[in-house]
Amino acid sequence: MVSDGGVRYDAAMTIPENLRYTSYHEWARLGENGIAIGITDFAQEALGDVVFVDLPTIGSVLNVGDKLGEVESTKSVSEVYAPITGTVIAINEALGSAPETINTDPYGEGWFCVIEPTDEDGFAALLDAAAYTELTDH
Amino acid sequence: MSAPLMGDASEPTLFEFSSPGRRAFSLRTTDLPDVPMDALVPRPHQRGEPLEIVEVSERDLVGHFTRLAHRQYSVDLGAYPLGSCTMKYNPKICDEAASLRAFAGVHPATPPSAAQGWLQVLVELEEMLCEITGMAAATLQPAAGAAGELTGLLLMRAYHAAKGDHRTRVIIPDSAHGTNPASVTLGGYEVTTIGSDERGCVDVAQLREVLGPDVAGIMLTNPNTLGLFEEDIVEIAAMVHAAGGLLYYDGANLNPILGVVRPGDMGFDIVHMNLHKTFATPHGGGGPGAGPVAVSQRLVDFLPGPRPVRASGGVGFELVRPPASIGRVHSYFGNSLVLLRAWSYIKLNGAEGLRRVAEIAVLNANWIRASLRDLYDSPYDRPVMHECVLSVASLKRATGLRALDVAKRLLEFGFHSPTVYFPLIVEEALMIEPTETESPETVAALVVALRTIAEEARADALAGVALRAVSSPRTTPVERVDEARAARQLVPTFDASSYHH
Repeated sequence: MVSDGGVRYDAAMTIPENLRYTSYHEWARLGENGIAIGITDFAQEALGDVVFVDLPTIGSVLNVGDKLGEVESTKSVSEVYAPITGTVIAINEALGSAPETINTDPYGEGWFCVIEPTDEDGFAALLDAAAYTELTDH
Repeated sequence: MSAPLMGDASEPTLFEFSSPGRRAFSLRTTDLPDVPMDALVPRPHQRGEPLEIVEVSERDLVGHFTRLAHRQYSVDLGAYPLGSCTMKYNPKICDEAASLRAFAGVHPATPPSAAQGWLQVLVELEEMLCEITGMAAATLQPAAGAAGELTGLLLMRAYHAAKGDHRTRVIIPDSAHGTNPASVTLGGYEVTTIGSDERGCVDVAQLREVLGPDVAGIMLTNPNTLGLFEEDIVEIAAMVHAAGGLLYYDGANLNPILGVVRPGDMGFDIVHMNLHKTFATPHGGGGPGAGPVAVSQRLVDFLPGPRPVRASGGVGFELVRPPASIGRVHSYFGNSLVLLRAWSYIKLNGAEGLRRVAEIAVLNANWIRASLRDLYDSPYDRPVMHECVLSVASLKRATGLRALDVAKRLLEFGFHSPTVYFPLIVEEALMIEPTETESPETVAALVVALRTIAEEARADALAGVALRAVSSPRTTPVERVDEARAARQLVPTFDASSYHH
C-alpha cells in the first residue's frame, strides 16, 4: 500500500526474496533456531484489520497442512496452516495484545511462531518468491 | 446524573439517568387480581433490599427510547438490501394478527381442548409450509435458522443411527452460510468442504470424490449464496442418495423459489425455513425468529414433539409425540406469534401471491445486476435469483475504494448497506438483495446511488484527493465507527458502579 496525494492505491505486494511461501499465503524464514512462520502481506491485505489471533501451543507436533492457528479480522476468520512438519518451539505472544502487528509488519514483528523441522527437505519444497509472486499476480 | 438532551449530544445510558427513588407513574396492568407477595414466596426467601436497577421516570424512559429509535435505520424506514437476509417490508396486518388478544393472551400450557384455534393455526401452517417445500411433515419448534439447522442435523443423526449406520462427515460447499459448518460441528459431525466451479455452483466432480459410506449428508442452499441456482441439483441428489446420505436444504434463500420450484421435488430430505425472512416478521435486531424444519416421509417419525396434528377422529386437533422423536428443541410450540405472522402472510398472499413475491424478487435483483455490471465487477456474470453478488476489486485496484467504503457511503443516500465481504469466495464482495417489496422507483434510486459512489471514487482518484467514501458516513446520527478497535478492545459490560452518586 502506498500513499499518493491522499489517495490509496494497491501497490505490488511486498514479497521478500529471502523467504519461502505456501499457496495458502504463509511465509517461512530459515533461522539458526528453527523456521519462523507468518502470513504474507497479500494475506493481511485480503483479511483487513486483524482483531484476534489464535496461536498454537509450544510443543505441538504438526504435519504439513495441519491447522496451526486462526487469524480473525473484521471481515472473516481464516485458518493458518503449517508449511512444514515439526514441533512448535516458540510463539509470538505479543500478538495477543497487539494483533494489528500482522497488518503493519507481517514479515517482521507480526511473525506467528517458530517450528523446529523434523523433515530436512520441507523448507526447500516450499515456493520461492518468484513462484509466489506468480501465484498472487493473476 | 445526566439530563436527557436532543441535538448532537450523545445519548446517555439508562444507568446515567437513574436517580434514587424516582419512579414511573404508570405500570402495565393485567386483568389478574393482586396476590400478596407472602402468599407467593415465603417471607424468609424474599429479598430484603430493593433490587439494584435503574430508577427513572416514565417521561425520561420514553424520551430515551424514542431518541434512540430516531437514530436507527429500519425496514419500516426505507430500503434494506442486506444480501442473504431478505429484509423485506412486513405488512402491518401480520403484526395485527399477532397482537390479537385471543391469540397473544393464551398461555402455552392451556389444554388442547381449550386452545383449538391455536392448534388449527399451527397445523394449517405446517400443511402450507409442506405444500410450499414439497415435504411430508414439519416441526414448528426451532427458534430460528441456526436452531433449525441443528434440529435438521439431529434428525439426520437419528435417521442413520436407527439403521445402525455410523456416519461421521457432512459435506458443505465453500459458498455456504457460516452457520452451516458451526451446526455440523454442534451436531457431532465433521465438516468436509468442497469448492465451487467456474459457474459458481457445486463442483460435481469434487463432490463425487468426497462421497463415501462415512458421509451422513450434504447441506446446500439453493439458490446458493452467490444468488445462483444449483443447476445440477437433481444429479447431486441422486449421487448423495446413492451413497446413502441425506440432502439438507438451508432455507435462507427460499424467497425466490416460492411457488416456482420445491426443495422436496429437487430431492431434499430436510428443509429448514426462516419464517422471519420469507414470511413476514421484522428481524435483524436479535429476533424473535422461527425456523421450522420440514422432512421427507422417511424422517417423519423422528420429528420433535409433541406435534399438533388433526385429531384421529376427524374433528379438531390434538398433540402427538412421533414414535422415534428426537425430543423437544424448544419449550411448547416455538415462537408462536412469529408462526401466526407467517400463517397470516401466507393466507394474505395465497399461492398466486407467493409466486409473484418470488418473481418480483428475482426481477429486482437482476435489474440491479444489469444496471451496475459496467461499473462494478460481476464475478459470475449470469442471471441471478433473489440477490446479486458484485465485487469492488477492480475499483479498489484503480482508486483504493473498498466494499466497506461503498457500504458506508450508501448510508448517506438513505439506504441500509448491502452485505459486504460475503460470500468469502468473492473478493471485496457486495451482496445486494432488494427483495420484492421495493418499488421500481426505489430500486432505480439504489442503482443511481451505487453508480454515483463508483463514479465519484474514480473522479476523486483522478483529481488526487481523498475519496469521499473513505470518511463516510458524515450525515448520519453516528459517523464511521472504528470496527477494528471495537473488536480489539472489547468491553461487553457496563460498569454501573461508576454512575452511583
